[in-house]
Amino acid sequence: MYVAVKGGERAIDAAHEWLSEERRGDRRLPAMSLNQIIEQLSLTVARVMAEGSLYDQELAALAIKQSRGDLIEAIFLMRAYRTTLPRFGYSNPIDTGKMSCIRRISATFKDAPGGQILGPTFDYTHRLLDFKLAAEGDDQLSDDEYDTLKVHHEVHEQSKEIPHITEFLNKDGLIQAEVESDTTPDDLTREPLELPASRALRLQALTRGDEGFVLGLAYSTQRGYARNHAFVGELRIGYCDVEMDIPELGFSIDIGEIQVTECETVNQFKGSKKEPPQFTRGYGLVFGQSERKAISMALVDRAMRWKELGEDFVGAPAQDEEFVLYHCDNIQATGFLEHIKLPHYVDFQSELELIRKIRKEALAHQEAAKSEDNQPLEAAE
Amino acid sequence: MKSLPERKKWMSLLAKAPSELVSNTFSDVMERHGLTAEFTWLRKPEIGGVMIQARAGATGAPFNFGEMTVTRCSLKLENGDVGHAYVQGRDKDKAEKAAIIDAYLQGDKAEIFAANIIAPIENALAAVKANREQKAAKTKVDFFTLVRGED
Repeated sequence: MYVAVKGGERAIDAAHEWLSEERRGDRRLPAMSLNQIIEQLSLTVARVMAEGSLYDQELAALAIKQSRGDLIEAIFLMRAYRTTLPRFGYSNPIDTGKMSCIRRISATFKDAPGGQILGPTFDYTHRLLDFKLAAEGDDQLSDDEYDTLKVHHEVHEQSKEIPHITEFLNKDGLIQAEVESDTTPDDLTREPLELPASRALRLQALTRGDEGFVLGLAYSTQRGYARNHAFVGELRIGYCDVEMDIPELGFSIDIGEIQVTECETVNQFKGSKKEPPQFTRGYGLVFGQSERKAISMALVDRAMRWKELGEDFVGAPAQDEEFVLYHCDNIQATGFLEHIKLPHYVDFQSELELIRKIRKEALAHQEAAKSEDNQPLEAAE
Repeated sequence: MKSLPERKKWMSLLAKAPSELVSNTFSDVMERHGLTAEFTWLRKPEIGGVMIQARAGATGAPFNFGEMTVTRCSLKLENGDVGHAYVQGRDKDKAEKAAIIDAYLQGDKAEIFAANIIAPIENALAAVKANREQKAAKTKVDFFTLVRGED
C-alpha cells in the first residue's frame, strides 16, 4: 500500500528544474519544433498516437518532446490528456475499402487486382547505417525554392478504389466470412474490462496495446504456442475519411482524415466440430504507419478466436484473453510497476517489524533445538 | 438554401482543409467584398474527442478503434443564417471561420464563398491525394515466382 508522505518539496522542485534543463539539452543547439518531430519522426508520432489511443499529431509530438523521447511516458501524457476531452460522439465505422493507399501488398496473391504497391517501405533496404545522414549538410529549402520544386500533379481521374483481397476468397466460400452488423460495440474507455470479452473489446485493447508486448505474443504463435499458420493476405497503409452523424444537422459529414495501417491475415484451418475446413482470418488495424504492430495484432486476434472457431485451448499465452488483455496495456503496466519505487515507508516499517519478530522467534527456536540436540549427546557419553 | 449533399460536401472539405488555407482564403474574400462577419455564438468553439469506429475484418461488426480530436462551434450571422463547424484537430480559429463560411454558403453570397474558398480547398486536397497516389503508382511492382528445376 502507498501511504502519502510529506516534505521534500524543495528537493522535488530542484529535481523538476533539472529535468527541464536536461530535456532541453545543450542550449547552444536549436530546440526541436513540433513540426520537425511530426515531419522527421513520423513513425514515433504514429506509435504515440496508436498506444495513446488519440489521433492528433501535434499532441503526440508535444508529448514526445516533453517526455524526452520516453515513448511510454509520452503515451501516458496522451492518455491523461484524452480523459479531459468531452466526448462529442462516435464516428460511423471507417471504410478501409475506400482507403487512399500509399502501400498495399499481399503475400498470398502476386496478381492481386489493384496491384502490389510498395510505398515508402524499409523492406528491401540493406539495413546499413547511412552516414550521409550524419553529415551536417542541410537540404532545407526556402519557401520559394519549395514552391518551384513542387511537382504539380494533374488531377485527371477519379482515384480507383482498391478492393480487399479477402473479398476474392470470399466469393469461393474458401474463407470464413465476416458478418456485417451494426451492434453497438463495448467501449474500454467507458466500462472497465470484463471477461469474457467480445471480439470488439479485444480489438480495441490490442490496437492500443504495447507494440513490443503484442509483437512478442504474435511471435510466440509463430514459434508454436497456438500456431495458426498465418499468411499476410493483405497489408495496406493509407488515408481514410472519418464520417460522423451530426445531430444538429440531421446528416453525416467527414470530420477528418486519418492515416491507418490494416492487416488481414489468412490462416490455415483444418476445420473443427463447428466449422468446415476453410481459411480463417485475423485482423489488425492501427493508427498511422505501423505495419509491425498491425501484423502482430492480426496474429493475436486470430489466436484469441479459438473458442468461436471450435479449436482447442492449448494453454498458450496468446489464446488466453485474460492474460493478453490484462497485460497488453503499457500504461496500466507501467503505472503498477513504477509505483513500487515511490515511498512505501509505512508498509516497509511494518514488514521490518514482522521480519524482526519472526526472525527472533526462529532463532530462539533454533537455540532451543540445539540445546535439546546437545543433551542426548552428552547423555550418551 | 443549397441542397443537402452540397452542404455535406463543403462541411467535409472544411473539416479536412489545412488551417492556413481556410484562414487565407477567408480573409481574402471578406476583404475583397467588404464583409465583416457580425455574428452571435450559439455554441462557442469547443475542443473534444470523437471515438472512431472501424469494422472487424474490415467488413464485420464495429469496434472502437481510438479517438481523434475535433473542434466544433455554431453561430448565427446578423441575417439569421446559422453556421456549424466540426473540424479535425484542436483549432478554435479554424472552427470559427468554418462556421462563418458555412453560414454564408447558405445565403446570397453563397457563390462567392463556394468559388473562392470551397473550390480552392477541394483542389488542394485533390492535389495532395493525386500526388500521393502517383508516388504510390511508381512503386507498383510485379512479383513473379521462379519455376524451380527438377533437380
